[in-house]
Amino acid sequence: MFDLDRWREIFQSISKNKLRSLLSGFTVAFAILLFTLLFGIGNGLQNTFKNEFAKDAMNSIYVWSNFTTKAYKGNQIGRRIQFKNDDFEFIKENFGNKIQTISPRIQRSTEVVYKDEKGSYSMRGVYPDYQVLESAEIIEGRFINFRDIQEKSKVVVIGRMLEKDLFGQLSAFRKQIKIGGIIYKIIGVFSDPGGDSDERYIYTPFTTMQRLYGNNDYVDEFGITYNPSLSIDEAIVFGNQLKRSLQKKHDVSPNDQRAIGLNNYASDNKEVSGMMVGLGILIFIIGFGTLIAGVVGISNIMVYIVKERTKELGIRKAVGATPKVIVAMIMQEAIFITAISGYLGLLLGVGILELVGPSLKKYFILDPGVSTPVVVGATITLIIAGMIAGYLPAKRAANIKPVVALSAD
Amino acid sequence: MIKIEKLHKSYPIGKDSLHVLKGIDLHIKEGEFVSIMGSSGSGKSTLLNIVGLLDLHDEGTYYLNGQLIKDMNEKKAALLRNKFLGFVFQSFNLISYKTALENVALPLYYKGMSRKERLEVALDYLEKVGLKDWANHLPNELSGGQKQRVAIARALVTKPKVVLADEPTGALDSTTTDSVMDLLKDINDEGMTVFVITHEEEVADQTKRIVRLKDGLIISDELTKASKAV
Repeated sequence: MFDLDRWREIFQSISKNKLRSLLSGFTVAFAILLFTLLFGIGNGLQNTFKNEFAKDAMNSIYVWSNFTTKAYKGNQIGRRIQFKNDDFEFIKENFGNKIQTISPRIQRSTEVVYKDEKGSYSMRGVYPDYQVLESAEIIEGRFINFRDIQEKSKVVVIGRMLEKDLFGQLSAFRKQIKIGGIIYKIIGVFSDPGGDSDERYIYTPFTTMQRLYGNNDYVDEFGITYNPSLSIDEAIVFGNQLKRSLQKKHDVSPNDQRAIGLNNYASDNKEVSGMMVGLGILIFIIGFGTLIAGVVGISNIMVYIVKERTKELGIRKAVGATPKVIVAMIMQEAIFITAISGYLGLLLGVGILELVGPSLKKYFILDPGVSTPVVVGATITLIIAGMIAGYLPAKRAANIKPVVALSAD
Repeated sequence: MIKIEKLHKSYPIGKDSLHVLKGIDLHIKEGEFVSIMGSSGSGKSTLLNIVGLLDLHDEGTYYLNGQLIKDMNEKKAALLRNKFLGFVFQSFNLISYKTALENVALPLYYKGMSRKERLEVALDYLEKVGLKDWANHLPNELSGGQKQRVAIARALVTKPKVVLADEPTGALDSTTTDSVMDLLKDINDEGMTVFVITHEEEVADQTKRIVRLKDGLIISDELTKASKAV
């Protein structure tokens, strides 16, 4: 297929008609550049949103208990509702199929000492599933496991920042640490996308904590992630059902908003995902609009080019060029210019995004960028547009009678 | 070589149509040097365009080299032009961004000849028209006479059966006119059929046969002194 002679013809035509080639190249390069920049910035905005809400698992639901604010079924106002271990079983039994992970939690603020360093930190007694809720990632060692729960081991997993506070540059892994006067072994260190404060928590087996702090079966709250196959609306319904059934179980008035508190991320997600969809549509419209502008631009230029070349095409036909050869020549030239300048526009756009990307963080644009398939798709779209835009006038010009073409100016 | 019978051609002008050729009968044998004379509007350019397959006729028959020209599409016409016909135009019609050599070589490109070969052949033809030293000049660096000689070289390079010249001297002064006509005479002496359209008597007198057209009809067809001299 590679025809050196044909390419030579095309290169000559491009290089001897610089203004014309530059104009069409510029249109395409500019369209792709704009497309890359707008799309990249749009993606950056989306990244910011995602990042903002990805600190905890997106499908989290937290339930806690409090004092009643309404009298109900002969119970006085101001009664303390206390979750216990049987509530854990109750939730698992009744809503098992709607739950992905669930962990009870007890949280106390306590003094932590390692050698000469000490400070006040929050310790949380949890189940292994809790790691999912916080989106915590282990960087050394491991998280709490079920054996720790069974054996009520005195082990802890600490956050990265806590390790930094107390151990400096040293590793805390496998060290002994004194928390509230009791010695624990550090079995792991984690990082948490939630930030510094989330990285100062201490996690210990729920059962260990329950025994050491109160030696009862009390639970502060439950952390749940709902089944990801639930839609957002289904998840909201699930949250409401869960709250309602816990209210029933603890004889709380259905109108008592405080006695049992529930925070369902799905409600936030609903707003956020609405916003994301809106943003996505906006990005799509912008990208599509830019492309259309590029397509219109390249079409206009192709029409102009063919018109300008009518006489030349007439000469070529008079000396023996068939219409097919003429059309092929114009199209090959158009595709070549479009592809090259599209690529240049892409490089320029990606380069600019790379360069200014970091300084855009304060405008809520995080890691702006475009995926390769999107840009390649856009370039291909423009090439196809250039082909179609070039084909129609080229076809017409190629079929004009040479006598008419020759008399054109 | 060229045989035309009862040829008609009209051009639509708005709702009406202009009847340009009203039944032309013309027979040109191989090796003839014919000029078509006529005032503007007599239909001579239209006749050349039809003979040159640059335009299509409405009625009548046209045989080129024994082949009936009928139901021509652009592709067939292009191939026939490339094979049998060479064109010389009043306005030269050189491609402005190509050198003299590349312009001459262009018909060979469409014949599918390799680059090296066609540039060699083209250079031979430029030498023949006395422009070897100007091979790498662009058309706008050449004088009118030189441009026309480049155009003639381009018309000859495919070794056509017929060279069609539409007012080849129309844009030239008398000295260059003579040199161009001498060139056409040389070509004819080599046995090529040459078909010239002109409105200048001096030019027509140098051909061997003059066909006069008026209002779309042939009014006279006679041999010239030049032909008797041979």
